[in-house]
Amino acid sequence: MTKAEIVQSVYARLGGFSKKESADLIELVFETMKETLGRGEKIKISGFGNFVLRDKRQRQGRNPQTGEPILITERRVLSFKASPLLKAALNDRDVEDEQRAAAPAVVAVAVGGAARSVGDP
Amino acid sequence: MTKSELIEAIAARGELTKARAELVVSCIFDTMVEAMQRGEGIEIRGFGSFSIRPYKPYSGRNPRTGQPVPVAAKRLPFFKVGKELRELVDGSRDRAISGGDDEDDG
Repeated sequence: MTKAEIVQSVYARLGGFSKKESADLIELVFETMKETLGRGEKIKISGFGNFVLRDKRQRQGRNPQTGEPILITERRVLSFKASPLLKAALNDRDVEDEQRAAAPAVVAVAVGGAARSVGDP
Repeated sequence: MTKSELIEAIAARGELTKARAELVVSCIFDTMVEAMQRGEGIEIRGFGSFSIRPYKPYSGRNPRTGQPVPVAAKRLPFFKVGKELRELVDGSRDRAISGGDDEDDG
């Protein structure tokens, strides 16, 4: 799926926006997310996942092709942590199953809100 | 930034009501989840791409009791950051990371 297909979906489902307006709004959403992450701020989209930032220290690595040691400089990286709701949606399970699978020791305290479906706030 | 803060930002910058902005933002993420449910990857140029990785069933262990626990086959999303965003993020190293803790999910 590409951005153009997301535009098509938003245009077809929402109504009231022209194709151009839909495209501009989707551009604005990803642009806003980029700017937010680009100023060092994490993003949490409930029901989808968290875009988290981490600072990595300089470390010694290796060129996997040649085995040659190389210095990996310090850097800030972005990673995505999928929401339990998204994981459940990909596996036709409910969130209770997902939480049980992810953290067997804490399942007793993790049942609140388990009946929500993906897309709920 | 939370989803509702993103919605507020889109409403302000796109000059639309919060209700409309919420529909747009929710529709984008719903569309992306549906694509992933079909096993489809998503590529947003300049931002990054999502792919779905299949995992085979394996025998795990309860870390508390050491008991073997069967882990079913599953699919998990994997995000690869795009070049432009990767450079943008690395360029923010002089600022502290903001936006709350990482563990809050839902």
